Amino acid sequence: MFLLPVSFSINADYFFLQFTIPIDNGDSVKNAEADSQRTLYPYVTGTSIVAIKYKDGVLMASDMGGSYGSTLRYKNIERMKAIGKHSLLGASGEISDFQEILRYLDELVLNDNMWDDGNSLGPKEVHNYLTRVMYNRRNKFNPLWNTLVLGGVKNGESYLGMVSMIGVSFEDNHVATGFGNHLARPILRDEWHADLSFEDGVKLLEKCMRVLLYRDRSAINKLQIAKITEEGVTVSQPYSLKTFWEFKAFNNPTAGAEGSW
Amino acid sequence: MTKQHANWSPYDNNGGTCVAIAGSDYCVIAADTRMSTGYSILSRDYSKIHNCKADKAVLSSSGFQADVKALQKVLKSRHLVYQHQHNKQMSCPAMAQLLSNTLYFKRFFPYYAFNVLGGLDEEGKGCVFTYDAVGSYEKVGYSAQGSGSTLIMPFLDNQLKSPSPLLLPAQDAITPLSEPEAVDLVKTVFASATERDIYTGDKLEIMILKADGIRTEVMELRKTLSECWQHTLSIVLIRISTLGSLCYLELCLKFSCVVNRFSFSYL
Repeated sequence: MFLLPVSFSINADYFFLQFTIPIDNGDSVKNAEADSQRTLYPYVTGTSIVAIKYKDGVLMASDMGGSYGSTLRYKNIERMKAIGKHSLLGASGEISDFQEILRYLDELVLNDNMWDDGNSLGPKEVHNYLTRVMYNRRNKFNPLWNTLVLGGVKNGESYLGMVSMIGVSFEDNHVATGFGNHLARPILRDEWHADLSFEDGVKLLEKCMRVLLYRDRSAINKLQIAKITEEGVTVSQPYSLKTFWEFKAFNNPTAGAEGSW
Repeated sequence: MTKQHANWSPYDNNGGTCVAIAGSDYCVIAADTRMSTGYSILSRDYSKIHNCKADKAVLSSSGFQADVKALQKVLKSRHLVYQHQHNKQMSCPAMAQLLSNTLYFKRFFPYYAFNVLGGLDEEGKGCVFTYDAVGSYEKVGYSAQGSGSTLIMPFLDNQLKSPSPLLLPAQDAITPLSEPEAVDLVKTVFASATERDIYTGDKLEIMILKADGIRTEVMELRKTLSECWQHTLSIVLIRISTLGSLCYLELCLKFSCVVNRFSFSYL
């Protein structure tokens, strides 16, 4: 078995080669699959997003890291963006797919604005649009490798929902993606209640983010908290959480079993 | 170079159970409201029942929720078109056939949805249709689908004593139970399934269809296993504390609180 270059295209700085692997019966369908351009695995990924409904709207927290496998490659990625007037989108998973989704949503919001009819897309509509996009990409076996969190307020009603990369979606009072689902959700189930004040909401999110910081390998200590209310979206400046490492056992780890090296 | 295998699956099982029972002039459709993925719970309040905006047919589906949602959307829009073209609502048997065809249409990339369609037929009697993922269906007197179906179906067979489908002439499988009795049976059946099936629980949504309209009831189900065990544990702890020290008791109580927090934990 040997590889044959089939087509060349030169693009600015680099060569881009496409290979087909010769298959016994030369079936064109199989050939097409062999040089598939579909997503196989994610490259640069963001970790969890945690979000809760509170008294005035929705609060969302994420860190600013972008991991390239086990390397922490990027430390300044904003994984939460405002969509239109009423929504806030947070994404975990493949960062480039998130940027692609932002392009789709840009077009959606632009078309919505061009109608100029006084109506604007609410969070429910954006959530539904995203669910359809994710589901249809999954149907074509070329998923957008993200888990999205969509929060917003319109006409006094808060909305918070989530979509996974294969199109599973739901809404709830609190959501978390990735590791957050395992570590943060139990804390939220215990301590969330309706009509949280802003300060209590932030404290609750910080509690969740701290646990994630301690226990999630891909989390970094640089987070943002975004707030969306009837007035609009504000994304905070990045800041870090206080952590505690002065446990006695950490100071002298071999205290119980001294070795010779 | 071997062909790459995808490391993601287009399917996921979000769990849940659906049940329907047909009576002489009513139909009961019930489903739990838990949506899970793997060993995590995604939502404790997600409805699996969809009424297709039809008076006489209600669809309940468990399985992969993205496919279920898409399937329900397709049926809803086809029903709307039918109403525009025929100036009337679809009957339950018609909806049953439509659902079967819709499922088979995706025979080679199926909707991972396990459906139970309940409603009233043309004569006003209850009817239940049960499906597999690719559209084979059957009119029955009662059915259960989903993760708890293996626990529920044998019990329904025992309680509702359906005549054998092989008998000739064909006998109607409609239960002689009254509507309150059937609703009670459904509640019992879900309470039992919740005990042993980790994907069933949280809340039970029941829809009762009758000629004059649809009524909805909601019942709470067990959320965690430790809701019952905590009582047993506290009795055991009191016994231990008389033997041992107080701090051991404290440790056990803390453990039971942690256990309460995590969805599928068990002792």
